[in-house]
Formats: sequence, structure tokens, C-alpha cells
Amino acid sequence: MSDSYEIPISIKTKRIDELIVQDKRLDGRGLLDYREIKVETGLIGKANGSALVSLGNTKVLVGIKIETGTPFPDTPEDGVLTVNAELVPMASPSFEAGPPREEGIELARVVDRGIRESKAIDTKKLCIVPGKLVFITFVDIYVLDFDGNLFDASALASMLALTTAKMKEFSVEDGELSFKDSLISLPLQNHVFEVTMAKIGNKLVVDPSLEEESAVNAQITIAVEDAGNICATQKSKTGSFMPQEIIEAVKIAKNKAIELREKVLGGLTQ
Amino acid sequence: MTLLVEKRQLVLPGDILSEGDFNPGENTYRENGKLYASITGLANVAGRNIYVVALKGFYMPIVGDLVIGKVVDLRLSGWIVDINAPYTAVLSTGEAFDRSFNSRRDEMSDYADVGDLLVAKVVAFDRTRDPQLTIKEPGLGKVQQGRLVRIMPTKIPRVIGRKGSMINLLTRETNTRITVGQNGLILVSGGTLEMEALAIKILHMIEREAHTLGLTDRVEELLKKEKGSSVEQEEK
Amino acid sequence: MSKKKSEKLINDQGLRVDGRKLDQLRPIKIEVGTLEKADGSAYIEWGKNKIMAAVYGPREVHPRHLALADRTLFRCRYHMAPFSTEERKNPAPSRREIELSKVIREAIEPSVFTELFPRTGIDVFIEVLQSDGGTRCAGITVASIALADAGIPLRDLVVACAAGKIDDQVVLDLNDIEDQKGQADLPVAISPRTGEVTLLQMDGNMSSEEYEKALYLAIEGCRQVHTMQRDTLKKKYAREHEVAVEAAGGEVESSESENQHENEGEATNE
Repeated sequence: MSDSYEIPISIKTKRIDELIVQDKRLDGRGLLDYREIKVETGLIGKANGSALVSLGNTKVLVGIKIETGTPFPDTPEDGVLTVNAELVPMASPSFEAGPPREEGIELARVVDRGIRESKAIDTKKLCIVPGKLVFITFVDIYVLDFDGNLFDASALASMLALTTAKMKEFSVEDGELSFKDSLISLPLQNHVFEVTMAKIGNKLVVDPSLEEESAVNAQITIAVEDAGNICATQKSKTGSFMPQEIIEAVKIAKNKAIELREKVLGGLTQ
Repeated sequence: MTLLVEKRQLVLPGDILSEGDFNPGENTYRENGKLYASITGLANVAGRNIYVVALKGFYMPIVGDLVIGKVVDLRLSGWIVDINAPYTAVLSTGEAFDRSFNSRRDEMSDYADVGDLLVAKVVAFDRTRDPQLTIKEPGLGKVQQGRLVRIMPTKIPRVIGRKGSMINLLTRETNTRITVGQNGLILVSGGTLEMEALAIKILHMIEREAHTLGLTDRVEELLKKEKGSSVEQEEK
Repeated sequence: MSKKKSEKLINDQGLRVDGRKLDQLRPIKIEVGTLEKADGSAYIEWGKNKIMAAVYGPREVHPRHLALADRTLFRCRYHMAPFSTEERKNPAPSRREIELSKVIREAIEPSVFTELFPRTGIDVFIEVLQSDGGTRCAGITVASIALADAGIPLRDLVVACAAGKIDDQVVLDLNDIEDQKGQADLPVAISPRTGEVTLLQMDGNMSSEEYEKALYLAIEGCRQVHTMQRDTLKKKYAREHEVAVEAAGGEVESSESENQHENEGEATNE
């Protein structure tokens, strides 16, 4: 169904504004509630790791590939992380085929920032021959269905894919890399969760749906790692926040990150 | 009701101008009952109107303005004209020819082709459509000769002067025809090469000193001086 | 970009590698109207950063189908010259430049009265000629001045400044070394009149207390830079005004602008 049959933005915005005064949202959620989260991991056998996350109707699939390559010159003993995102045309009438546009690039970089700055991957353990050969972790984000809040869905799927990713056990002797048949987990030392909030009126709502996203113009995404420290932030769209609202958003993000962690990692066994 | 700036105070975008029952004039905006400047310029008050005079700005067409423009394209329906504004203007064939016109591209370009200058008047503009021009009034039409001067549109009022005092002085003393476009373009023609050059020199001087007192007198002085010396040259 | 373990960036006297105190800005110099052809332009030297901004518009949009019916198409391009960094940078737009172009646009656009010029376009070009940390903040700051120079109606100037964490201390305005080797970087842009935050990003690792401290420190930095923006603009126009006043023999007519407002309705050419 094409977006053009939807109720005009102006009417929807009015409704959203009326509801928020009573602390209500269009779909009946509480201001700080996530939509239903469904998670499936290990569904792409050919990838080292994979996770499909549904956040309401938003669906994002992340695949992890671990391959060998050269390290960056300024970090010769560290494995490399690279994150890419594709907003494939089938995910929304508004996505077009072609090279990544700014939204896809921003998505990839914000998810990357969370993983990288939290040092979730123990990159030192992915060094094969310092300065010459390391493992590169490719995190590829594939947006399948767009119904708002790609940041959180993608970050969650990426974290889960990393947590469940497996690689061949390896050893290095005299600069030679050899693999055994057994599998090990990707060496992780931290987890990160990203929480996106939109500003409606003067209230913050967690996990904006597409309807809410198209009616507001101020959003903030905050990445929190296991110890409760903040490791990334991105304010997006053309709206603004007062400083107190930002401090409030940080507080909310810390709490929601704990909830997300318990919900998705609690049930997983390595 | 409080005025928060002094007359001719230099203000910047976002500067507060007043509180209370004032009217937002040019280059101001209102928020929560207060008026703020939206550009860099000199704040001023006229009765209950607060406005900011732009020291530098671009031209936005107003219906009734005389403008000078350059033809940049020809369509079946008319000419597309660059009038030094954010919007290109349209001179439809209906506003150019009196008789009913069977538009063939050749006839149109006979009248005015890409690159030609026109003196025209703005007959319609409302931001949902490009400005519409006419050349049907006397004094309007294709420019056949003369020299074009370009100054900041914000200085045009000073070129004209109070009740035309400046422009009348200039045309009289240089014995040239000066057509002033509100869009910052001015056509100087019909005089000797020297007088046209003098007129152009004066126009640039007015642009530089637009916001000062006694400019008209100084212009008059300069005109007399330059003409005097050129008369001497001729007599030699 | 990975963060190394922090080497000593603050000495025993509490001074940083370039001799600054923890809450001290680098030296900043701003010029307005530096380019001839652009409708508005400005140049900034912020520490060792050298950045030029140019504004074109409002003008016709090409291709025309991109034009918006109800407002101007506001576009922003942040670009780094190949010689601007330590190692030559490929001139093609990198993913970082694309993301920065987006967040810079989102930081500045709210200040522009875009609805006054439907179906036109305003283009802002930010060229980093030499880069030394904090280029997006310097870029936003200089672009806002260029917009004012172009005479485009603005709600406010926009100004930006970053704070961060180095050697476990929250500091103001990180240079390149501090950004590379430090523990966190938090760039902020505000609309000074209202204090609204229009750009907010963060990467690194900070507790929520450090985050709050850095946020307010960055905002304080913004206010200091804003004073410089104002001084620069005022000096330029006062200078033009003074030049004109001198030619007149030092007198300025007080009812001059009233003349202009009288004349607007009565323009005659004869």
C-alpha cells in the first residue's frame, strides 16, 4: 500500500500533539515503551553470525562476515571493524536503488560508533601478524521493512549477530595462520545498546514508529554500554533539544539499555 | 510596550528589537509577542512599525517594480528573463505584443533573443508562481543602447532619492537618460561618452555612501566640478 | 577511527599539549565577505583549522524537479581539501563527509526562514582547507556567518563548539591530537537566542555525570564563540558605515532610512 493513501501529515501531527498532552501515543504505548521486539539469530548459515530483529513492523537483518585483511597503519595490532547499511528498495516505497544515500551512511556510522566506542569487540584478540594480517569483522545491516527507528533495530541486530557469531578456531605459528575445525565465538568484551527518542511537544518518547517519525523533527539516539557509560550520541533531523532534555534523554537511555540487555541477552546461551 | 533598540542601531539576526504592541516591519519577525531582527542591518522605528534596513541584500520582486533583465531562454509562451532575483521571470508573448500573436520561434527571437536586455515591469508575483513581466507600457521594451550598471538593490532607493531628487539631479546635470531598475540594474544612455561615464561614477559613489547625510549636495558638487573640468578640456 | 589508550595529554601544571587550560578555547579569527562571486561568504581560523564557507541563493534549483513547493531547498556540503589533513585525503566525498554534511545541514536549517522562498534553493559550501580537530563545529560557525552575509533572513546565528574527555578530565575544544588520543568528543551547536541545541553528537566513553559536564562546557564555549561571530559582523558593517560617514565629513542623517521607506512606493525615473 502506497504511503500516499495515508492521512495527511498535518492532521496526524495534530492528533499526535493532542494525545501527548495526556501522555498517550497513537498506538497506545506508554511514552517509554518499545514496540514488540522479536529476535532470531543464526538464520544465515553462510555468515559467521546473523540476527533478524523486528521492532514492531520494522525489520532489520544483520549479517557478520569475518575475513582476513590488513590492519590500519595506526592500529597495527587490532582487528578491523567495518559497518555498512543498505536501505534496500523493498523495505519502503521511499527507498530507491542505488549507492548509499546520506540516511544509510548515517545509520551505518551511528551503529558503528556504538560498537567501536564501547570496544565491544576485543580487537587485540583478532590480530594474526601485527602490522600485516588481522581479522576484519564486516557488519552488514540490511533493512527489510521500514516502520521507524532503524537506529535501534539495526544496533540491536548488530549486537546480537556479534554475540552469536562463530569463527573457526585459529592459531598463528611463525607468522603462519592455521585453522582448526572447532568453532569459537567472536571475542567480545562489552555490549552496547542504542536507544532512540523523539521529541513530541516537550516530552520524549522511546522507539518512535514511522508515523511518529514523520510527524516530529527532533530525534536523539544514545548508545549505552554494559557499565552504564555513554559511548555515542546522534541528534538527527532538523529539530532541537534544550540541554535539560538531553540530560533527561541520557537518563532514559541508560534505563532502557538495561531493559534491552536483559530482554535479548538474558535468553541467549553461548 | 518597550522598544529595546535605538534608532539606527546595528542589529544582527536574532537580536531582540521590542516587547509588546509593535508591528513587525521589514526584516523582522515576531515570536511570543517580541520582535526580532532577521538580518544584519540598521534598526528603525516609524510609529508602531519596527523594521530593519538591510545594508546588503538581494532583490525580491514586488508588483509594480520597474526592472531590467536579461533574456536567458525562449519558450513558445514567452521569454524567460533573469532579473537578478531568486526567481527567474517570465515575459509572456501576451504581455509583449499588442496584436494577437501566432507564436513562431523566429518572430520571437526577432524581437528579443537570448542575451538581450529588457526594461520591464513586474505585473504579478506571489511566490507560488514565477514573477510575470510586461513591456506594454511606454518606456518599456528591449534595450537598444546604453551602459549597464549593477549596484546592490538595497541602495536603489537612495539612487532615486526623496521624491526623485537624486535621480533628477543626476539626469539633468549629465544630460543622460537613466533607467533605474528596482532590482539593482541601472541603464545609462543617450549622453556623451564622458557624461555617461560620469553618471556611472556617481552611481557607484551613491552605492558606497547611501547611508549618509548631505549626499545629494556632495553629488551636486562633484557633478559641477567634473563638468567644469570637462568643459575646460573641450575649450583647450 | 579507534581511540588509543590515552597518553599524557595534560601535564602536572594542568596544561594541555598546546599550553591551554582545561576550559580554554583555541585562538579564533573570523572574516566576513571573503569571496567575490558567492552571495555570502566567511572564513575562520580556529586553532590550526582553516575553513571557508560560501553561500549561494536563494536561487533557482537545478534540476528543477528537486524544488520544494512550500520552502527553499536547503543544501549543505561539507568537504575537505585533499591537502587539509596529515595524509592526503582522496577528493571524492567520503562517508564521513556525507554524514557531516547531513548533521551540519540539520544544525543550521532550523535557523533559516526557508518558508519565505518556496521553489528556490540555498546552497552552503563548507571547504576545510586545513583540518586540526573540531572542523564540523568551526564549519557550522563560519557557515552561519556566511548566511548572514548573504542577507538571507535568519531566526538567529548558529554557533558550535566541542567539549570532550582527555586523561579522565572534561575539557573544552579538542584539537586533533586530543581527539585522536582522548577518551571522548562531544560536538554541540546551539541557537544562542534560545539556547536550543541543534547539533549533538558524541563518541567515546563518558559517565552520565561527565556527559552532563561536557555538554554544559561545550555550550559555554559556544557562547564565547558567538560573541566573536557578533563582533566580526558588527565590525564589518560598522566599517562600511564608517567609511561612508567619513566621506560625508562625519555627519549621519538620522531620518535617512525613513526617506527610503517613503521612496519605496514612489520610485520615479526621470
